[in-house]
This record gives sequence, C-alpha cells and structure tokens, in this order.
Amino acid sequence: MEDKLVEYLDGRANPVARRAVADHLAVCSNCRDRADDFRTLFGALDDLPVISPSTAFDASLRGRIAAEAASRDFLGWIPSPRLAFAVTALIAMSVWLSSMPRTANTDSAMNRVPTEAEFSMIRDLPVLENYEVISKFDALSELPASADDVAAAEVKNESSE
Amino acid sequence: MARSDVQLMLDVKAGDERSFELLLRKYRAPLVNFLYRMVRDSAVAEDLAQEVFLRVYRARKDYAPSAKFTTWMFRIATNLALNSVRDNRYRQSEVSMDQAVNDGDDERRAMEVPDHTPTVEQVLVARSRSEMILRAIDSLPEKQRAAVLLHKYQELDYDEIARILDCSESALKSLLFRAYETLRTVLAPMLNAEKVSSHAPWGVGGPYE
Repeated sequence: MEDKLVEYLDGRANPVARRAVADHLAVCSNCRDRADDFRTLFGALDDLPVISPSTAFDASLRGRIAAEAASRDFLGWIPSPRLAFAVTALIAMSVWLSSMPRTANTDSAMNRVPTEAEFSMIRDLPVLENYEVISKFDALSELPASADDVAAAEVKNESSE
Repeated sequence: MARSDVQLMLDVKAGDERSFELLLRKYRAPLVNFLYRMVRDSAVAEDLAQEVFLRVYRARKDYAPSAKFTTWMFRIATNLALNSVRDNRYRQSEVSMDQAVNDGDDERRAMEVPDHTPTVEQVLVARSRSEMILRAIDSLPEKQRAAVLLHKYQELDYDEIARILDCSESALKSLLFRAYETLRTVLAPMLNAEKVSSHAPWGVGGPYE
C-alpha cells in the first residue's frame, strides 16, 4: 500500500492500483489520514518560492565554454594526456638508464686483443722461464680425488684381486 | 513544429549552436531551481547548473539518444548536487527570503513568492512557511531529497527518476513514501494548522478578518 499511495495521489497509478488504494482508504482511517496529510503537503510544496537564474548566467556559461575550447586548442597536439605521460615516462627512463655506470662484459673482455704492454707482461713472467719449477708443478696431483675416480679405483682393485 | 529535446541535441552534435541555446533557455531555470533546493545556495546552484550545461556541451560529439534528454541532464545534475552536498564544500546556509539573488547588474532582488496581493502579515506568514518547508526538505537524506525534488518539481516519470537515481522503480516509490512521511512528521504542526484553517468558515487570518 505504501508504494502505491504516492502514485495514487499524484494521479499516475494504473487503474488496477488506483482501485486497490481507493478500496483500502475507504476502510483504513490511518491511511486515509496519511493520504490527507500528503495532499496538504503536496499543496504546501507547490508554494515554494521559485528563483530565477541571474542575467549573467548565459554569458558566464559561454565564457566557460570558450575558455575550455581555447585550452583544448593549445594542448590539441597532445593526442591524449595518458599517451603524453607514457611517452614522458619512457624518455625519462631511457635517460636514467643511459646515465648509469656500465658493468664489465666478460665476452668483450675475452675477445679483446691484449695490448703490447700486457703481452710483454705475460711473456716476461719469471715463473714461466723457470723450467725446474714448471716440471715439478703437477697441479692435478694436488687435487682431491673425485667420486668417479674413487669408484673406478675400487673396481680396478676388485678385478685385480 | 517544435523539435524534441533529442532532436535538438542531435542538431547540437551536428554543430548547430542555436539548438544548444534553445536547450539552455528551456532548462536553465528548472536546473537552477532543482540545484538550489538541493544545495541551498543560489550561487553554488548557478555554478553547478553551468557545469551541467558545460558537460552536456562537451559530450555533444559522442551524444547518442539512449535515454530521454532530461534523464541524462538531470542525472548529471543530481550527481553534481550529491557530490557537492556530500563534500560539504559549500556551507549549508539558512534560507532567508531576504537572501539576495545576484542578477549580475548589482541589483539585489528577493526571491519571488507567488502571491495574490498579500497583506504584510500574509507575506511574513508565507516567508516563515517557506523557510519551514525548505528546512524540512533540507533535513532529508540526499537521495530522498533528490527524489522529492525530481518528483514534485520536475514532474518526471517514475522510470526516469529511477534511472537518474540509479535504482528500481519500486525502490524509488519506497524512497518517495519515506521522504513524504518524514516531511509529514516534521511539518505536522504547519500542516495541521492549514487543515484547520481550510475547514474553517473564515479565511486564513481568523474570524476577525
């Protein structure tokens, strides 16, 4: 009933709803009082003062429209703010990355041709000319045996037995 | 033959500025009044009304008549008004019948009151009554307030108001019932006095008028 009362009072209820509300109001004094109050309220609301827009309203609006069009023309070459931001961010990142110190590249270091000074250092290393040191140097014998070597030795021992 | 609002807006889309002027002239006052009753400040109401028209104009190139023009326009207006009220950026001012409406020519005029050659006493009574009613409407939650203003003063269809407020028709009718019930309670003394006077054999002033 509540949902139908307002549209009944403002004349927009369909015939079925209108009949239902009218039948209810005939037997329910509370709803009848409410309907009377709503009618009086609607009348009071009709008497609220009306204000008129100022005479400067139209001119002010036209000014705002013109200002917006002018700023759009100024920035018209920017396809969109988001695209402009993305491009700016990319450029800034590129500049920042290019300003960072370069790390050593082992591949290029390996492919680099040694200079004459470096080659002479290697060539003149005293240890390389000391044959006695070289002949006694057996680095491989110093190394600990690997698991495969141990297993191979055990197999050899077992087969010899 | 007068063009419909949708046709006018389509003409605006096609570049006809005069059609926009026609829409402006037709809806300027209803918009300002709706917004004024929502935010209770005439300067703010005008600012928001201009913003509504600005957005309508801005959207002209993409305009597609998927709903009534008034539905679209009042939806923008309602959202702006609700944001303004909720942000509380503008001081909620007491309504005074002496509150000046700046018409831009430095002439101050009071709000227009529909009257029929009233006496001074009747003018004072009318002002007091209007203030009471506006205060009562102002006390409603924003959505109920918007529903009442759109229903009572813009005389929009229920389905239109429901679309503007983004609710179902049945939810809107509940909203309206609750709003009017609140107004009925708040304004009970005034409404009872008016009912008594309307049933009395004499006029509003009493038996000695």
